[in-house]
Amino acid sequence: MSQAPSAAAEPAHRQLGMTDDEYHSVVGILGREPRPAELAMYSVMWSEHCSYKSSRMHLGRLPSSAPWVVVGPGENAGVVDLGDGWLAALRIESHNHPSFVEPYQGAATGVGGILRDIFTMGARPIAVWDPLRFGDLDDAPNRYLFGGVVSGIAGYGNAVGVPTLGGEVEFADRYAANPLVNVMALGLLRRDQLVLSAASGAGNIAVLLGAATGRDGIGGASILASASFDEESGSKRPSVQVGDPFEEKRLIEACLELFGRGLVVGIQDLGAAGISCATSESAANGGMGMDVDLDSVPVREDGMTAGEILMSESQERMLAIVEPEALPEVVAVADKWEVNASVIGTVTEGGTLRVHRHGEVVAELPAASLSEDAPKYDREVARPGYLDELWAAGITEAAPGDTAEVLLALLDDPALGDRSWIYQQYDHQLFLNTVVEPGHDGSLLRIKGTDKALAVSTDGDGRRCYLDPRRGAARLVMESALNVAVTGTRPYAVVDNLNFGNPEKPEIMWQFIETIAGMTEACEQLEIPVIGGNVSFYNETAGVDIYPSPVVGMLGFADPMPPAPPRLDRAASGMEIWLIGPRDVADFAASAYSRVVLGRLDGRPAPTDPELGPAVIATATGLAHLLPVLHDISSGGLGVALAEIAIASGIGLAIDDIGWSELWSEGPHRFLAVAEPGTLPPLEVPAKRIGLMGGASLDFGRHGAVDLTTATREWRAAIPRRMS
Amino acid sequence: MKVAVVVFPGTNCEYDVVHALGLIGMDAELVFHQETKLSGFDAVVLPGGFAHGDYLRTGAIARFPPVMGPVTAMAAAGAPVIGICNGFQVLCEAGLLPGALVANRDLSFICKPVHLRVESARSALTAAVAPGAVLRIPLNSYEGNYVATAETVGALEANGQVLLRYCDGSGAVSESANPNGSMGNIAGICNGAGNVAGLMPHPERAVEAVLGSTDGISLLQSIPMFAALVANPR
Amino acid sequence: MKFRIDIRRKEGLADPEGMTTHKALHNLGYTEVTAAHFGRTIYLEIEGTDAAAAAAEVETMCRQLLANPVIEDFEIGVVG
Repeated sequence: MSQAPSAAAEPAHRQLGMTDDEYHSVVGILGREPRPAELAMYSVMWSEHCSYKSSRMHLGRLPSSAPWVVVGPGENAGVVDLGDGWLAALRIESHNHPSFVEPYQGAATGVGGILRDIFTMGARPIAVWDPLRFGDLDDAPNRYLFGGVVSGIAGYGNAVGVPTLGGEVEFADRYAANPLVNVMALGLLRRDQLVLSAASGAGNIAVLLGAATGRDGIGGASILASASFDEESGSKRPSVQVGDPFEEKRLIEACLELFGRGLVVGIQDLGAAGISCATSESAANGGMGMDVDLDSVPVREDGMTAGEILMSESQERMLAIVEPEALPEVVAVADKWEVNASVIGTVTEGGTLRVHRHGEVVAELPAASLSEDAPKYDREVARPGYLDELWAAGITEAAPGDTAEVLLALLDDPALGDRSWIYQQYDHQLFLNTVVEPGHDGSLLRIKGTDKALAVSTDGDGRRCYLDPRRGAARLVMESALNVAVTGTRPYAVVDNLNFGNPEKPEIMWQFIETIAGMTEACEQLEIPVIGGNVSFYNETAGVDIYPSPVVGMLGFADPMPPAPPRLDRAASGMEIWLIGPRDVADFAASAYSRVVLGRLDGRPAPTDPELGPAVIATATGLAHLLPVLHDISSGGLGVALAEIAIASGIGLAIDDIGWSELWSEGPHRFLAVAEPGTLPPLEVPAKRIGLMGGASLDFGRHGAVDLTTATREWRAAIPRRMS
Repeated sequence: MKVAVVVFPGTNCEYDVVHALGLIGMDAELVFHQETKLSGFDAVVLPGGFAHGDYLRTGAIARFPPVMGPVTAMAAAGAPVIGICNGFQVLCEAGLLPGALVANRDLSFICKPVHLRVESARSALTAAVAPGAVLRIPLNSYEGNYVATAETVGALEANGQVLLRYCDGSGAVSESANPNGSMGNIAGICNGAGNVAGLMPHPERAVEAVLGSTDGISLLQSIPMFAALVANPR
Repeated sequence: MKFRIDIRRKEGLADPEGMTTHKALHNLGYTEVTAAHFGRTIYLEIEGTDAAAAAAEVETMCRQLLANPVIEDFEIGVVG
């Protein structure tokens, strides 16, 4: 979207971010020049954010089927079968650019949007996670963004009444001018409650539910997310949307009551591209058309044009398709929850979307053309030149150093230290499902009235993916799977949020395609489907792209739930510490040790192991039903993983004989088990007893000991001392 | 005993309260804020959440809807009326309990388990608990900071109307054990008769071992016990 | 010198708190109320005698910190 001084002289389609070729396609579809409202609709629907035009041809490689997949990619959320009539809905989205423009509202409306995706399916949203990426916390602007985003998530999520179970956080300079705010939500429903978005049945009525439509957020998510940031981005600020969690709460209750009483045929939330998207997708999904009257849309301001109403991304709105006979009851339910309901259209035969304003037709186009005829680009791909040099520069061992100095530096890092500063601002207990709360490897939620449980982990690692996107992405999937496994569940389904730079650069497309390849390999090795995802391109500011930052949302499923799921705080004096999985692979590429202690980012990350990886994960799932403590070894390596158990349990430990490098190396497929002597069953993967719990220090044998109280203090202060 | 659990638009802990009361054998039913009668109910719980979005002031708009008429009448008649978190804020705004809840000292939302020392057993919230007992109950609020005039606090203290205080794990009440800045570390209070009581922490989140604590059970069991004591004074 | 700064949500942006309060007033029978808008007021006390310079500085403070120009308008008044 050009902001050059000559913008006024530019043709309308270019001002809306549309290329000349795309414009000519529109003329071809319509057989004439588009009217202003039509041009507005195509421009948002064909934006990168809505159309996935740079990514669509690659996303099909991801495995998306499994016997337990009920709804795969393409609907508002992926849905899997949990047995006995229970289904789970999962969805991930990004709200990166809106959160940079206005951190509180950007993050808040991100939560609102993801919840609508979930209850659109007929599911009650039961939990939210927020994977976040910012610049270095030692710089004030990054603290402002981080603090604003966390309070926006808390402010909206707590008030709307859906628990937020944490997420993950990474800090790197590459995110300073382009923070990443992703949001994932989980919903639960009975099979007979599943609702899809198709509008079937000519004569059925389109009812707009929820908030009034304003000029705020016109082209907000779609346009903001479909172009890079530059110095003029400030002028995009009117696009900011303001969230109203109270409206959303009433909308959730009203919609769930409508579904429960079987009063809707189909429903669609209004997100990016607002009414344009909801009406055209409802109609197209059902192979129908729709007549829409914009005069019936409640507006917040006078004088709004048809294009503005069609493109507005005002929050907290839904479009329900209902049979005419059901309308009085629909209105009664809406009234009960104090939700506005307006009839704005009728489903028609023939596939034409016809939009009226002040008695005139302002748009008349094939509904399906807005999505199906969107451009698809096979963008140029080139392996980045930086890789060979970085791979060659990597280290294979840690230089001798002081144990306390290294460990305390790592524990004081805000990405490794205590994250309770974040999650204690989130209501993470509502609904009485939270068995393992934030602060552990994965969250574990029980399903009341059953023996079933769901675990969720979100994982990303931009630095590792920068060094090798294929290996990095495969590692993420394996790590995330191990995180849900240590809670006693088996990996069941994945959603992914693919955050990348400018896709018009061949190196960025290479990162993207390699990432897809790595995720595909790992998911196939684990035999888990990818049931949905989101692509966020143009995470580039002033020419600098973010690290390639795929984020994996992993759903784990257990039936039955372990009787006493492992927790980090259940270690007791005299228990044995076991290292399970392969031994040291001297993997320092993108390790916390390299970053925090050496200040370097280089080397090539170790690959995943297609046999051992899944075997270690299956082992963890089994052991979680027997042992008190299991803990994934990831960022910070064995040294930090041991410290985390000791700190959580408030008890020291003594390690027998571990190599200095092995303490900080971050090779994949490893976890720790802490158990009473003699209780670890025989395993099919390597396991070695490395020490005992007890004492008041972290005693690393010949490498020396670190006082537990000191370690705990540093770890706890990592974020608060920077934010106060 | 049949308990009405009141739902305002924006309330979100209603199902949790019904679940918890059900687990300890009480018959709890949701009642919408537009109801004008509470016939057949022996007690009322105003659950947590964000009634009316907490807009204007927390609890300010929720004191007006029709259901608050019969709630006030039951309170006057001596029936147990319990406000949890946002429900406590509504009871204060409605004048059924003295004082007010304002933003936490550190101006951030707090969701974590806290320790509470039971100060008085003379209420529908504490009748089943021994004074001095230390309970571990989750706190979950932004406006949990109890304030009142010195005179009011003095009267509450003198009459044994301070029910619960924030403390450390050993029961010691100190500034460092005060999560939100509440005057006198006050976490819960009652009216003069003891039948109307409010607290900021969530006892319904502490009724199952699998969720981390069962210390909320005795607080919820106090509701029928208090009603029985009132009906059959010893 | 004392300044009074009134900060309000920009015209056209949603004001959920204002709308909810407006509806509550209606429910209480104040149907003549056509809108409610929320804002914040900040009083600043500033050393010095050059009123024009101070007012200019207050304006800078508003843009930099006190108001969020993305979503808020502000108005500066002199109290004394």
